Amino acid sequence: LQLEVGIERVTFRSKGGNCSHCVCVYDGSMEQEIGELRRCRPKSLAGGEFTLSDIFYFSRKGIESIVEDEVTQRFSSEELASWNLLTRTNNNFHYISLRLTVIWGLGVAIRYCILLPLRITLAAIGLSWLVIGTTLVGLLPSSRMKNWLSELVHLMCYRICARALSATIHYHNKENKPRKGGICVANHTSPIDVVILANDGCYAMVGQVHGGLMGVLQRSMVKSCPHVWFERSEMKDRHLVTTRLRNHVADKEKLPILIFPEGTCINNTSVMMFKKGSFEIGGRIYPVTIKYDPQFGDAFWNSGKYNMVSYLLRMMTSWAIVCNVWYLPAVERQEGEDAVHFANRVKSAIARQGGLEDLSWDGGLKRAKVKDTYKEQQQKKYSSMIVGEDSSD
Amino acid sequence: MGSRASTLLREEEIEEIKKETGFSHSQITRLYSRFTSLDKGENGTLSREDFQRIPELAINPLGDRIINAFFPEGEDQVNFRGFMRTLAHFRPIEDNEKNKDPSGTEPLNSRTNKLLFAFRLYDLDRDDKISRDELLQVLRMMVGVNISDEQLGSIADRTIQEADQNGDNSISFNEFIKVLEKVDVEQKMSIRFLH
Repeated sequence: LQLEVGIERVTFRSKGGNCSHCVCVYDGSMEQEIGELRRCRPKSLAGGEFTLSDIFYFSRKGIESIVEDEVTQRFSSEELASWNLLTRTNNNFHYISLRLTVIWGLGVAIRYCILLPLRITLAAIGLSWLVIGTTLVGLLPSSRMKNWLSELVHLMCYRICARALSATIHYHNKENKPRKGGICVANHTSPIDVVILANDGCYAMVGQVHGGLMGVLQRSMVKSCPHVWFERSEMKDRHLVTTRLRNHVADKEKLPILIFPEGTCINNTSVMMFKKGSFEIGGRIYPVTIKYDPQFGDAFWNSGKYNMVSYLLRMMTSWAIVCNVWYLPAVERQEGEDAVHFANRVKSAIARQGGLEDLSWDGGLKRAKVKDTYKEQQQKKYSSMIVGEDSSD
Repeated sequence: MGSRASTLLREEEIEEIKKETGFSHSQITRLYSRFTSLDKGENGTLSREDFQRIPELAINPLGDRIINAFFPEGEDQVNFRGFMRTLAHFRPIEDNEKNKDPSGTEPLNSRTNKLLFAFRLYDLDRDDKISRDELLQVLRMMVGVNISDEQLGSIADRTIQEADQNGDNSISFNEFIKVLEKVDVEQKMSIRFLH
């Protein structure tokens, strides 16, 4: 039934229709539209209702999805209504006026020659202080003092890093801030989300062990307070992952863990399917919505197009990163509620708060093919229309 | 970089496409944006894989047939002109077009051409006839595994019987038009493109 609901949400946006980028989509359901097509037939045949015109419904839906679809647009940067003087957002470039070009040129000079060096310096300071500070704190024996110092170091470093991106963050509803022994879930747009959230509180990070600079950061961070880093091989074992996280959450002295259930970066116009794994751990869930203002800089990381370094460079040559963070009231799994339903409940709350579209599609579709079960659902639905009610289950 | 989209589409090309398909200038540039965003290989053409990457199309039971409609016989790539030519079939028929003089070539989005698009979805081997076998195959695509062969066979037989007039046990294009003469093709096979 859950799958059915998911599909209906995709094809059934509103009664009258839905106008977006290229196309106004009339969203009748399959039964409604094929029924209308058939009303033109003078007689209905006993025991079977296929007509040649049924194909119109599928071909129209197909062409509509070719012109514009709900999913692929989420994996590339949002288009802006008016230009913000960054070449990267200028998709329909045409020369407008000399004055605009001069202003743009001035913008480039300011961003690359003044802002960029300052920001790189700050970032370098912030990251090296993170490594040094956490290693120093790690030398202390476990005590309240150590935790306090660790939080101080982490906060300081993240704040420096936020300055390095010229991030202006507005936190709302701070009374709902995640507490120890809980799980913080948020929508995912870029790796910077971590910096944005960690500016206001301390979290235990969850993720894969990396090599290189990331690895150095990870290893030093874990010295001062427990984070949860997994080896690549361990990530495949879901049971192991869940157990470790559960143990972390059970310890009420440990910091709340930060998880992004979408599993991949989405372009901040919608929230895609939340993987149920995070919602099976137990404990209180603190949902958080992060919404970036695209006018000052595009925060979305298109990992297929840009690697980490070029992404950070783009971040540091934007005007600024402006975002809003809403802390939503904590939720817990209800009696008899299954993880998928719980995940969807949290997802809807996050989407509603940020004004984002609530989609059931899996963010993994960025790279993977869609499962055949969805097509089979459509086929089943159509079959029950042709052979009548007696064989639909 | 950001300025790929319409700088690569010259004004003359836009004019030609406008004349051929009837789309407006802004519609053509928007659809060109869409074309380039689907073109992952960045070589100016789309392959079948590029279309299959659209999840909503991949779950459409007739997704493969629709994708096929974009590709001319034997070809594996479609350029922007071909893309627009196929999409033009779904442009709504405007009132001022209905009374155009019949001496000019028929517009791509005429009722007949819309029906021809649908006909070609059924006509797998492009021989201008829908045989029983072809109808069965398309039906099988639409219903999946949910209906037995016998039942599907009888549905196909009944459909051909109803449409076939010259007794050759297949449906020609004219017979197809005749069967669907009361259907509001103009509305059902049209998409409202934003200006």
